[in-house]
Amino acid sequence: MKPTLKTTWLQTLNRRTPLGWLQLSHEKSRLLVAIAGIAFADILIFIQLGFQGALYDSNTALIRALDADIVLVSPSAKNTQNLATFPRRRLYQARDIEGVESAQAIYSGVIQWQNPQTQLEANIQVVGIDPDQIAFHLPEVNDQLDTLKIPQAVLFDRKSRGEYGNVIAQVEQGNRVSTEVDGKTVEIRGLFELGASFGADSFLMTSQQNFSLLFPRRSSGSVSLGLIDVAPGQNAETVAIALRSYLTEDVNVLTLEEFIAKEQAYWSTESPIGFVFGLGATMAFVVGVVIVYQVLSTDVNTHMQEYATFKAMGYRHRYLLSIVFEESIILAVLGFIPGALLSIGLYRLAAHATSLPLILTVNRAILVFILTVIMCLMSGAIATQKLQAADPADMF
Amino acid sequence: MHHHSALAGSTPANSTTIDHLNDQGAIAPSISIRHLDHFFGKGALRKQVLFDISLDIDSGKIIIMTGPSGSGKTTLLTLIGGLRSVQSGSLKFLGQELCGASAQKLTWVRRQAGYIFQAHNLHGSLTAQQNVAMGLEVHSEYSGSEMQQLAAAALEHVGLQDRIHYHPKDLSGGQKQRVAIARALVSRPKLVLADEPTAALDSTSGREVVNLMQQLAKEQGCTILLVTHDNRILDVADRIIHMEDGALVQNTKQKTIDLSNH
Repeated sequence: MKPTLKTTWLQTLNRRTPLGWLQLSHEKSRLLVAIAGIAFADILIFIQLGFQGALYDSNTALIRALDADIVLVSPSAKNTQNLATFPRRRLYQARDIEGVESAQAIYSGVIQWQNPQTQLEANIQVVGIDPDQIAFHLPEVNDQLDTLKIPQAVLFDRKSRGEYGNVIAQVEQGNRVSTEVDGKTVEIRGLFELGASFGADSFLMTSQQNFSLLFPRRSSGSVSLGLIDVAPGQNAETVAIALRSYLTEDVNVLTLEEFIAKEQAYWSTESPIGFVFGLGATMAFVVGVVIVYQVLSTDVNTHMQEYATFKAMGYRHRYLLSIVFEESIILAVLGFIPGALLSIGLYRLAAHATSLPLILTVNRAILVFILTVIMCLMSGAIATQKLQAADPADMF
Repeated sequence: MHHHSALAGSTPANSTTIDHLNDQGAIAPSISIRHLDHFFGKGALRKQVLFDISLDIDSGKIIIMTGPSGSGKTTLLTLIGGLRSVQSGSLKFLGQELCGASAQKLTWVRRQAGYIFQAHNLHGSLTAQQNVAMGLEVHSEYSGSEMQQLAAAALEHVGLQDRIHYHPKDLSGGQKQRVAIARALVSRPKLVLADEPTAALDSTSGREVVNLMQQLAKEQGCTILLVTHDNRILDVADRIIHMEDGALVQNTKQKTIDLSNH
């Protein structure tokens, strides 16, 4: 039976007049308006989702670069820009646990500094690491660990937001650039690459000693993050469980994956920003539904008499429904293409202007395409209610 | 004759259709109406528009229904064509009772009847050929290529072979009505219902359209029920029915008798 069914279905498709397409293509200006409207809605959705994605990516960039198996963090730490501290003693205690190969402290704080190029104040996140250990898999940082041992030396994020072109050029030529951080002088002696986040315009990487000089009120006994490497052959989960039962409750023990997931969850659920962009994308979706509905309902109204004629000829109601849904799908595809292409351009513009990692991923493109199809089908479904008025008995 | 065979097509389905028509046509009338009443509106606003209509319409004849506007002739036409549900009495279409018929049966009736409307009602986004093919698409037995072929042949038959790829807006009123006739007749229906098909046309075009309908009816052996105000076209009728105030005034008036009296 199955092959027969398939043949019938194919034959049906083959003999069906593509009425939806013919109706749409017959009214060129209306079609263009519809495509422009859908492309516009798609661009809005792309931009909202793009910034949302950039928010997650940029705010987790630092911790995704961590070279560790397990992370110790204060239970009151909300996110990596706002890390509460915990006693350094926990790191020494952690070394007692079997399977822990090394434990090191990372200090982090946000501070105002003066842009050496414009002399304007900006928020900058300073990260203090132990120059004798590897804390990040950032090759440029790891190559310049010896530089960090020099007093006042800092490494500067070349993907910082703001006007730093001259500074970066100078440092690249081997010059040192000095500036003031909270009344203290620092010297930029090298560069690395991480990218601005929403909370901080840029990153400074420095040694724990230099960090203490910039944050005199912070005791070196209060650390922001603890990085633990497990010994080869040891399972990070197992070691983490052992650490949890051994350490007191003033510290959270998370595997790196858990830590990244927690950070992501914070930005998407607890911070208002994730909600704002989600709302923005939803509004864009609604705008799209309204635009497509306008186009489709106008189309249904214009063809009411023709539809009633089809009914008088013996076409069923579902045939009329299929015309509207055919139009919906065509509009979704035709609107998505320019929407996606323009979004690629806008992503480039926005990435350049904000130093945020705005990239149109294939996954996001697929998501927006599916949303576009749903958007158009919803509009189509609302527009089909008007089809009830196509009553052939009223035509005579 | 050449045109006839072109329009007739060559599918087995068509030959079945014709056999069926011949079987039925000789024995039973294509439409048989008994004591049909019809009402519009509900409750206090309920108003009777058809009163005790009884009528038999034989196969292969042209019947013209006349009467002043509001006399109920269009309502009767829509009941026969399955566009409205029959409320009381009996209406048999090719032997099928339509009183209390399901929506599915009404759809079946609609597929058996060809419609020609006062306005041509062609689809503006479709070419003449595509419009005519829509008359075939509703019948599942035709393949895509057969549909296009038969539609082109039907347009040739109504003299529009040069216009098959034209959209309705590029055709004159008479040409559009000829496309509409081709669309109504391309599936070789047993019954053609026409509601004032000449009303929107000048007298020459109107005459052409009526002659064409007459010619096709003879070739295809179908019954034509035509509602009109146009006295100039009454001569094509085999029988004329007059309606007034929702009732049939003269039951029958055989044109053949009229002609033999001359």
